[in-house]
Amino acid sequence: MANAWKSLTALGQDTAQVVVIGPYQISERCDVALASLAVRRGQDAAFASAAQTAGVPLPLPSSYAAGAVFSAFWVTPEMWFVEADFASHQDITAHLKPAFGETASITEQTDAWVRFDVAGTGLSALFERLTNLDLATLPDGFASRTVIEHLGVYLIKHSATQVVLYGPRSSAQGLLHALEVTAKSVI
Amino acid sequence: MNQSNRISGGQIDRSKTLHFTFDGRSYVGHAGDTLASALLANGVRLMGRSFKYHRPRGPLSAGSEEPNALVHLRTGARQEPNTRATVAELFDGLHATSQNAWPSLKFDAMAINDRLSSFFTAGFYYKTFMWPAAFWEKVYEPIIRRAAGLGALSKDEDPDEYDKGFIHCDLLIIGAGPAGLMAALTAGRAGARVVLADEDFRMGGRLNAETFEVGGMAGADWASAAVAELSAMPNVRLMIRTTVVGAFDHGIYSAVERVSDHLAMPAAGKPRQTLWRIYSKRAILAGGATERPIAFENNDRPGVMLAGALRAYANRWGVAAGDRVAVFTNNDDGLRSARDLQAKGVDVAAVIDSRQGGDLLPGIRHLQGAQVIDASGRLGLRSVTVRLANGKTETISCTALGVSGGWNPNVNITSHHRSRPEWRGDIAAFVPGTGGPAGLTSAGAAGGALSTHGALATGLAQALGTLADLGMAATAGDLPRAEDAPISISPMWYVHEGKGRAWIDQQNDVTVKDVKLAHQENFTAVEHLKRYTTLGMATDQGKTGNVLGIAIMAELTGQSIPATGTTIYRPPYTPVAMGALAGRSRGKDFKPFRLTPSHKWAAEQGAIFVEVGNWLRTQWVPKAGETTWRQSVDREVLATRRSVGICDVTTLGKIDIQGTDAGAFLDKVYANTFSTLAVGKCRYGLMLREDGMVFDDGTTARMGQHEYVMTTTTANAVTVFRHLEYCRQVLWPDMDVQIISTTEAWAQFSVAGPNARNLLQKIVDQDISDAAFPYMGAGSISVGGLRGRLFRISFSGELAYEIAVPTRYGDAMIRKLMEAGAEFDAIVYGTEALGVMRIEKGHVAGGELNGQSTALNMGLGKMVSKKKDSIGMVLSQREGMNRDDGYRLVGVKPVDPKGAISAGSHFMEIGAPVELASDGGWLTSKVYSPHLGCDIALGYLKAGDQKIGRKMRAVNFLTKTDTLVEIVSPHFFDPQGERLRG
Repeated sequence: MANAWKSLTALGQDTAQVVVIGPYQISERCDVALASLAVRRGQDAAFASAAQTAGVPLPLPSSYAAGAVFSAFWVTPEMWFVEADFASHQDITAHLKPAFGETASITEQTDAWVRFDVAGTGLSALFERLTNLDLATLPDGFASRTVIEHLGVYLIKHSATQVVLYGPRSSAQGLLHALEVTAKSVI
Repeated sequence: MNQSNRISGGQIDRSKTLHFTFDGRSYVGHAGDTLASALLANGVRLMGRSFKYHRPRGPLSAGSEEPNALVHLRTGARQEPNTRATVAELFDGLHATSQNAWPSLKFDAMAINDRLSSFFTAGFYYKTFMWPAAFWEKVYEPIIRRAAGLGALSKDEDPDEYDKGFIHCDLLIIGAGPAGLMAALTAGRAGARVVLADEDFRMGGRLNAETFEVGGMAGADWASAAVAELSAMPNVRLMIRTTVVGAFDHGIYSAVERVSDHLAMPAAGKPRQTLWRIYSKRAILAGGATERPIAFENNDRPGVMLAGALRAYANRWGVAAGDRVAVFTNNDDGLRSARDLQAKGVDVAAVIDSRQGGDLLPGIRHLQGAQVIDASGRLGLRSVTVRLANGKTETISCTALGVSGGWNPNVNITSHHRSRPEWRGDIAAFVPGTGGPAGLTSAGAAGGALSTHGALATGLAQALGTLADLGMAATAGDLPRAEDAPISISPMWYVHEGKGRAWIDQQNDVTVKDVKLAHQENFTAVEHLKRYTTLGMATDQGKTGNVLGIAIMAELTGQSIPATGTTIYRPPYTPVAMGALAGRSRGKDFKPFRLTPSHKWAAEQGAIFVEVGNWLRTQWVPKAGETTWRQSVDREVLATRRSVGICDVTTLGKIDIQGTDAGAFLDKVYANTFSTLAVGKCRYGLMLREDGMVFDDGTTARMGQHEYVMTTTTANAVTVFRHLEYCRQVLWPDMDVQIISTTEAWAQFSVAGPNARNLLQKIVDQDISDAAFPYMGAGSISVGGLRGRLFRISFSGELAYEIAVPTRYGDAMIRKLMEAGAEFDAIVYGTEALGVMRIEKGHVAGGELNGQSTALNMGLGKMVSKKKDSIGMVLSQREGMNRDDGYRLVGVKPVDPKGAISAGSHFMEIGAPVELASDGGWLTSKVYSPHLGCDIALGYLKAGDQKIGRKMRAVNFLTKTDTLVEIVSPHFFDPQGERLRG
């Protein structure tokens, strides 16, 4: 829905920030809409069917799957987070609810999180100082909740050089600070 | 100084000269030196004073077991106490100073303690400072603490940073001596993910300190070649300067990597140390062994050291610890020191060998059947007195004495799960016992294989066994040829001759006499011995002294050593800086802040922020001319009640609850009913714990047939969510309920005051008149084309709404509200004004929601529905919680409007004695009400509902106030609620 309101990024800026430290590039992303998608009890078959029709992938636990319009990662039993382009899906639940009807509980999550895309070579050296996930051995497409400096975050490993973090929006500055100081200590 | 004791050879880089100071005096050393080796090279033996008696001390060892050579390292804020000179890596510009000595190391006034030693025996404190009891904390302890001690803290903030991290591996190998390297080569070649950690800055362990060959080359060269091969393996991680300090559950080990301690200061952005948590599938302890001394009179003279250390200084660092040395041993390993030193051209005065018979060392005066019975040289060894086999005594001039009483396997980490080491008579030492940490085995000297061949063979075997255990194929490579000499030890713990003190635990000044006294006073069990004498309780955990003390006690009791037993070890293996444990969680980074959507705007206004959990909330927003916080808060309250005020309430927990059973679920978790709530309405809800006490409160709105939005208090946002998850997953898994937090997804603002509707109507696209959007209404709205939510709820008692928009628009929303509110003189109010207004209205919050109060206590007893079951309903009906004379929420005003009330005051009847028996309850929250012009408070008063209008005393011993107050209704303001329904 178009509106004339001016938005701020989670870091409190007008535009998304990009920080480069050595081989690492940390990019704030504001252009992704997010919603939780949970299957209602006893609706598994209808839910799966609706997901297929809507083009919403339902990846297995601890994994991420990309789709044409919607991508998704597993967050907890019977619940996924669905990603879509923000510009075209600002009100993402309005897009999803008609497709799933009463088979799912859908909640907007876009602004509950700050998203940082962390890219570069040597990500394992960076993330071994941030999280107890064994990034080096995790497969591409791995997704999990983890903790970074007291903050509960979702981590998605797209490749050895591309990791996505979703952290609590109100602590965006704290999460970026943790990434920055750790990156400086690694390089 | 000119490094007068520097001799040829060693693994130092003589092309790199490093300048350093000790106690203000300048010296030079070389890259590869430790502080201790460099000082010894410069002829400095005296490096510290002992803990209790302030005895002059030099280094006993050449490793992390060092009890004596503890120094302050660096200066200013980076000064670190209790640093072991034996492992402090030398760098250019290093400054070290001695500690626990005044006015100087050579003349220490506190050495008077040594003269008074007969008064400071074991159990001294327990016997001496018995009375009067009150003196202990105020008099005795401060004096004792000042007299005895180690280093001093700088008391400045640590300027360095510390990292934490996580490492995963198949196999963790602790120690990179011959056993560890062999194990790493075997596992690395098999493709296992290996972490090889060593506390030293050079891998190789004892191979660096010995002269014998491994695989046809010098042992140190073999180690270098092994390290080179391992370095090329991508599956092997070599970690030098890394001490594995503890074993924890499930194969997790902690390790401290000293990233920058070998530098004057860390490079920009680099941590000083990193605390690693290592997740291993298996681990091999290859931490080597620690030599132990033999106790004899005055065996703590500077210059008396372990024989293995003596030759380590010569072989690795090219240092003769003295210009004329002697060796005192009870085993063959001690003879090596004499041979190596002689080969280096050092004058070896004699070898004093307690054993009889066997081959004599060629070219060295080898005194068999002899014992050292005394040492002289107060600030540095000058000579030793020897009882010869023929019964005569002889004084042998020497400036260094190497002592070898055998080697103790470094079993420490195997004990971290309470496994007790077991005695092995053939090597006269404790070895790892059974029941150690699961997945941990030991190899090399740590496991009792004391020869180089034994180390290599067990390293290979343990690696193969581990790999097989992990299902990984491996081939046994060739075992390098190495010496396999037996240790040939004839146990001897202390020299029985002499009346003076013979030291066992040098760091804690525990002597043979102390052990004898403990035995005499029946503290014979090892745990009692430890605590009575403080044996092994110093920072070195008794690495060199424990076995001596136990063996001597065994001898005194007539028991065997295995029967006597041993104490065990706890993490950390060596001391760990508090900074490493804290990591980056310190100062402003202790925990991440949470910022509200209006934070940027509020900061621009000069708002004062307060920490509420991790949130930074606006406490008040001062205006020009306001000099006290009360002026700002009073203004905010009055302006809100007069016209309109705005408050960021994003911090309140918001939980989206959906599913066909969402209403029924809420009926169970709330004391009151929600399934009957109409769509588009909200209701105040009270949540109880299972024990009937109030857990949390808030409003919950029904946004659709199967969709609710619950709000919680800021404080309990997480705990309520966790509670709901527990209820959903554990208590009622059959219910169709899905929940997720949306606290941060929406920027939510309270707009309160008579002009709240007028303001909002300017920006909300729909009609929000009282008819269209009545009291307790809720629903989705459009705000200037932006999707939003509106709730007509009030915490302030005013006509009020909470309006929410997606968080990214929160900043724009606060600016738009202020812009639209300009014509109404709208203000932003903070948490202080919020508190004033809620107390004026009689709403409970933190002070009342104390976890010990019931709905009845709060005057909300009728909210607990008896028509349905809900968490806490049954237990809230307990008789004791429903007494007529139980606590009830009341309002409190001072009889004299100028009277001051203090929160926490207790109610006392007028005329009653001020004592516990008269206690009628307490004040929970207190504010100044600008509306009423006086202090007001809420409180819990026994039978308070029956005491409205009564005058009582509010007594507070802490603030020393005693105020005459009137008990009133808790609803000070608009008790009929006409304003909020307006």
